[in-house]
Amino acid sequence: MSGIATTLRPYLAVCAGRFQLTLQYRAAALAGFLTQCWFGVIRVLIFAAFYAGGAAKAPMTLGDAITYTWLGQAFLVFLPWNADPDVTDMVRSGAVAYERLRPVDSYAWWFVRAMAWSSARVAPRAALMVVFAGVLMPLVGLGKWGLAPPPSLAAAGFFAASAAAMVLLSAAITVLINIAMVRAMDERGPNILAAPIVNFFSGMVIPLAFFPDWLRPILRAQPIAGLVDIPFSIYFGGVAGWSAVGAIALQFGWVVVLAAFGRWALERAMRRLQVQGG
Amino acid sequence: MDGLRLYGRYVAASIRAQAAYPGSLVMMISGQFLVTIIEFVGIWALFQRFGHIGGWRLGDVALFYGLISVTFAIADTISRGFDVFGSVFVKTGAFDRLLLRPRSPALQLLGYEFRLTRIGRLSQGVGVFTVGAVLTHFTLTPAASAILLFAIAGGVALFCGLLVLQATLSFWTVESLEAVNILTYGGEAAAEYPLNVYAAWFRNFLIWIVPIGCVSYLPMLAAMGRPDPLGTPGWLLPLAPAAGFVFLAVALVVWGCGVRRYASSGS
Repeated sequence: MSGIATTLRPYLAVCAGRFQLTLQYRAAALAGFLTQCWFGVIRVLIFAAFYAGGAAKAPMTLGDAITYTWLGQAFLVFLPWNADPDVTDMVRSGAVAYERLRPVDSYAWWFVRAMAWSSARVAPRAALMVVFAGVLMPLVGLGKWGLAPPPSLAAAGFFAASAAAMVLLSAAITVLINIAMVRAMDERGPNILAAPIVNFFSGMVIPLAFFPDWLRPILRAQPIAGLVDIPFSIYFGGVAGWSAVGAIALQFGWVVVLAAFGRWALERAMRRLQVQGG
Repeated sequence: MDGLRLYGRYVAASIRAQAAYPGSLVMMISGQFLVTIIEFVGIWALFQRFGHIGGWRLGDVALFYGLISVTFAIADTISRGFDVFGSVFVKTGAFDRLLLRPRSPALQLLGYEFRLTRIGRLSQGVGVFTVGAVLTHFTLTPAASAILLFAIAGGVALFCGLLVLQATLSFWTVESLEAVNILTYGGEAAAEYPLNVYAAWFRNFLIWIVPIGCVSYLPMLAAMGRPDPLGTPGWLLPLAPAAGFVFLAVALVVWGCGVRRYASSGS
């Protein structure tokens, strides 16, 4: 037992350290929160206008679409748009060579760093957003425009599991972007490609359910759907019961696949690593 | 005239610098295009479901969307100096150097960078507008073209005015205040749809406080030759973009006050 604890200690330490450090950027969190409120309002108003013209054609109720929107704004920063900026700096300065000297598993090391980085940026924004859209809006009588609670205890429980998978999936994809950046020796290409792909396939641009029906099963099965569409659909009960169990299993399955692939790709990339700087 | 020539030189130098890395430039431009076009695919999917929004069809929305996208791309191309003013000029004290030169600091900031990467967004805007024009059989008559050019000019002035205000704020806050992004990026996002689909409080904010509706929604109606469902008098529609120039003028006055009280930071 103590053997495992000793092995895990450096990973827990880097995770906790990065979490606390990232949490210090309070002004950035507040600016992010305000921006996300604004974009949330626009999206909610647009949904309302579309629904006013034909709610029957929609795959979910307006209330569900609104809840989905606020959740999307709350957890926006979990979306892996970029390579980890610390790793980018390492590649640029050549310090990435030190990563090979540490007596730790490089993949796990980058994975926990990415996890701490995204969680620490999400935590304050999500907390503010839940207070704003989930508590304040109902209090001033705007409840039907705000973030509704999950419809049942089961939905809440499934959402908790699905959200855990979302955190892991986000970190796994961030590390894949890191690896692409190491291979390219430049972060711009991977970063430019990552944002549109992730926004679109996660269901951030619009919920995947709104796409034509024949496309939906394909869109739901790919790994990036586990970042937004699956957890949020589970939250409002759009995916429930055994479908929810299946969707969560799919999320965790993709985490395992992406992590295994990432670990293999990182070892390969590191073997032919070019170290810059001097 | 002298100022314009100097600005031309700034632009030429900036373009040469970016053209030195053609591969990276092409990549950034295509990235910009991809990011913004994907948003429009989402809008297309919503129209597949619902058919219309407040009576507007996909083609109509594409016209509004294309206009504001082109406007924002141009503003974003020229206004970088004001955007990074706090962190690059105030925090470091580099603004002192600009003040020593015998030219207006606003002109020098305008010449800071001419961002070619925004060609990506510009071409997306032109593309979406063209799609809208084909779908709605919109013809670009001389009158419509004049209105649209005036709208684009007014819109660029408005977005620049917002960034001038952001830059002015950084005389007090030192850092660049990211929250202004809400009004620039967020304003652009709001104006992608015709304003009459929004709730009244939001719409009024976008016409009377930050007049983005005056440079997109109102002149676009005039160019389409349609009356405003909200009842704005027809003669006012093509003149509305003047609000953008007024906004910029006010912003420049405030900026002047900021410059006068600037007492340097850094060393």
